[in-house]
Amino acid sequence: MIELRNLCRNFQIGDATVHALRDINLTIDAGEYLSIMGPSGSGKSTLLNMLGLLDRPDSGEYLLNNSAISSLKESEQARLRREHIGFVFQSFHLVPRLSAAENIALPLTLAGVAPAERQERVTQALQALGLSDRGHHRPEQLSGGQRQRVAIARAMIMKPELVLADEPTGNLDRASGNEVIEALERLQQQGITLIIVTHDPLLGQRAQRQIRMEDGRIVEDVGANLLVPQRVFAQPSTVRANTLWGTSKFAPT
Amino acid sequence: MKTSDTFRYALRAITSHRSRTVLMLLAMAIGTGSVIVLTALGEGARQYVLNQFGALGSHLVIVLPGRNETTGGAPPLLGQTPRDLTLADAQALRQSYAVERIAPLVIGAAPVSWQEREREVMVLGTTSEMQPVREMKMAQGAFLPPGDLERGSAVAVLGDTLYHELFGNKQGLGQWVRVGESRFRVIGVLAPQGQSLGTDMGDIIVIPVASAQALFNTESLFRILVQAKNHDAIPKAQAAIRKIIQARHDGEDDVTVITQDAVLATFDRIFTALTFGVAGIAAVSLAVAGILIMNVMLVSVTQRTAEVGLLKALGANSHEIEMLFLTEAGLLSILGGLTGLAVGMAGTTALGHAFPTFPIAAPTWAVVGSLLVALVTGLIFGLMPARRAARLDPVQALSRR
Repeated sequence: MIELRNLCRNFQIGDATVHALRDINLTIDAGEYLSIMGPSGSGKSTLLNMLGLLDRPDSGEYLLNNSAISSLKESEQARLRREHIGFVFQSFHLVPRLSAAENIALPLTLAGVAPAERQERVTQALQALGLSDRGHHRPEQLSGGQRQRVAIARAMIMKPELVLADEPTGNLDRASGNEVIEALERLQQQGITLIIVTHDPLLGQRAQRQIRMEDGRIVEDVGANLLVPQRVFAQPSTVRANTLWGTSKFAPT
Repeated sequence: MKTSDTFRYALRAITSHRSRTVLMLLAMAIGTGSVIVLTALGEGARQYVLNQFGALGSHLVIVLPGRNETTGGAPPLLGQTPRDLTLADAQALRQSYAVERIAPLVIGAAPVSWQEREREVMVLGTTSEMQPVREMKMAQGAFLPPGDLERGSAVAVLGDTLYHELFGNKQGLGQWVRVGESRFRVIGVLAPQGQSLGTDMGDIIVIPVASAQALFNTESLFRILVQAKNHDAIPKAQAAIRKIIQARHDGEDDVTVITQDAVLATFDRIFTALTFGVAGIAAVSLAVAGILIMNVMLVSVTQRTAEVGLLKALGANSHEIEMLFLTEAGLLSILGGLTGLAVGMAGTTALGHAFPTFPIAAPTWAVVGSLLVALVTGLIFGLMPARRAARLDPVQALSRR
C-alpha cells in the first residue's frame, strides 16, 4: 500500500541543516498496525507527516497504492488526504466553535457531501464511538478522552484506508488513553491501516509491527506482518528483508 | 466544498467572535453610512438650488446693469454702473421677436403700515407681466393691472406673510396701506410660494414699477426679467437684448445678460462635483474600514493557524482555504454595508425631518455604490490575509497551538 524509497527530508534551522529523515526505505501493507517510536527529534513525526502527505520529501519517492505522490499537485494531494487518510492528533485539533457532530462532519463538508447524508453518517460515527449523547456538545464541554474519540470519529468518517495517529494518548490519562487506543484498534480490525507515533513503549508494543527511529533513520523494525494477509503488490524493501531475520540494526548508508 | 457550506462555515466564524465582528461592522457601517448621508446632503443641496432657480419661471433671460468683467471692477450686483438700465431700455427690448414678455424690476425696502401696524418689507416695483414670468399665483384679488409702464397707479399686491401680519383675520382687500410716504390700495394677495433665491416671497409688497421709481426716487432698474418665446429662442433673445441695449447705450456693451439655463447648468455642475467630492471623502472612511478588516483578518488567520492546518489535513486545498477566509471578509463587509445602509437611511430621514424644506434623499447610485464599494473593499483587503492562510504550511500550522 505504501512504499517509501530513499526518502530524505532536511530542515534549515538558522545556519544548521537538520536531517529529519535520512534515506528512509519502508513498505507498509494494507491493514497493518504499526507503531513508530523513538526519542524526540528522531524524525518520527516528520515521517508521519510525510506519510500523511502534509510534507514533501526533498528527495526519494513515495508510492501510495503504487502511484508516485511527489509529482502530484497540491490540490490533488489534498484530495488524496481527504479520501484516503485520516488524522488523529495529540492535541485533538477540534474546531472550538463547532459542536462535536459538526467537527466530525467537517471532512464530509469539505468533500461537498449533502447535509442529509452527512447527518446520517455522523450519527453512525457518534454511535460507533459511544458519543451518541455528546453530538451537540462543544469541544470545551467534553473530556479529553471524549474529544479524542470525536477526533477519531472525524478521522474515520470518510472511510479512509489509512489512519495516522500522532501521540493520540499524549494528552490523556491512562484510562481514557486506553479507550482511545481501543477505538483505534477496532478500526484497524475492520481493515484500516493504522500507524501510531508514540513515546509510550507500552502503547507501542501493542502494535504488530514496531519501528524505532533515531536521528532520522529507522534503526529497528520488529514484528513481521504475518497476521494480516499479505498484499502481493508490496515490494520487499531492505528493511523488510532485515526484519525477516528478526531484530537487527539497520546499517547506515 | 459546497458554496452554502462555505458561507455557513464563514458565518459561524464571524458569529463566534462577537466583539471583533461588532467592531468591524461598526467601522464598515460608519463608512457606508457617511457615504449615504453625505451624498444625500450634496444631492439635497443640488436639488434645493435647482428648485430655487426653477421657481424663477421658465425660458428666463436676466439683464443686469453693468458689465461682468473678468478683470477688476466691482461685481455687477452691488457696484456702481456706468449707465443705468431704464424703463425705456426695457420697453425697447420688445423689438425682438424672440422676446415674449418683459418684467422690469426695481427693488428696495420700505416700511408698510396699516392703521397702527407697520412692517419693514421688500418692495418690488414691476409690471403686470411679472406674474406670468415668475409664475406667481394669487390667493385673493388680482395682480397689477396691465397698462402704461411710465404711469404708476396706486395699487399694491401683498405677499402672504405681510398680508396676515398687517390685517390678521380682517379683510384687507380694498384697504389702503401706506408705503413710505405714499398710499396704495391692496388689490391682491399672493399665494404662499416659499423662498426664492433667499427672498421670502411671502414678505413682500408688489407695486407698479413707476410708483416704485417714484418711491425710491430713482430712474434706474435693478434688473429686467425677459421671458423668451420658447426654449430655442433663448440664445436669440440673449443676442438681441445685447444688441438693442448696445445701440441705446452709445455702442457700449455695458449690461450683463445671463440665462436661467446657464445658471442652472453651472449650479448643477458645481453641486454634482460637490456631491462627488463629499462622497469621495466619505469613501476614505470606507478604505479605513477596509484596512481594519485586513488587520482583523490577519489577526484571525494568526489565531486560527492550527485550524487552517487541520482543514488542510482534512483535505482542504489552498483555494478552498482562501475562499473560506475571503467569504468571511466579504460577509463582514456586506453585513457592515447593510448596517451602514440602515444607519444612513435613518440619518437621512432624521435630517429630512429636521429640515423639511430641504429635499434630502440619498441617490440610488450612492446607495448601490456604497454597498458595492464596501463589498469590494472587504474582498480586496481580505485577499491578502486569505492568501496568507492558504499558503500556510500544514505541518507548521498544526504544530502551533
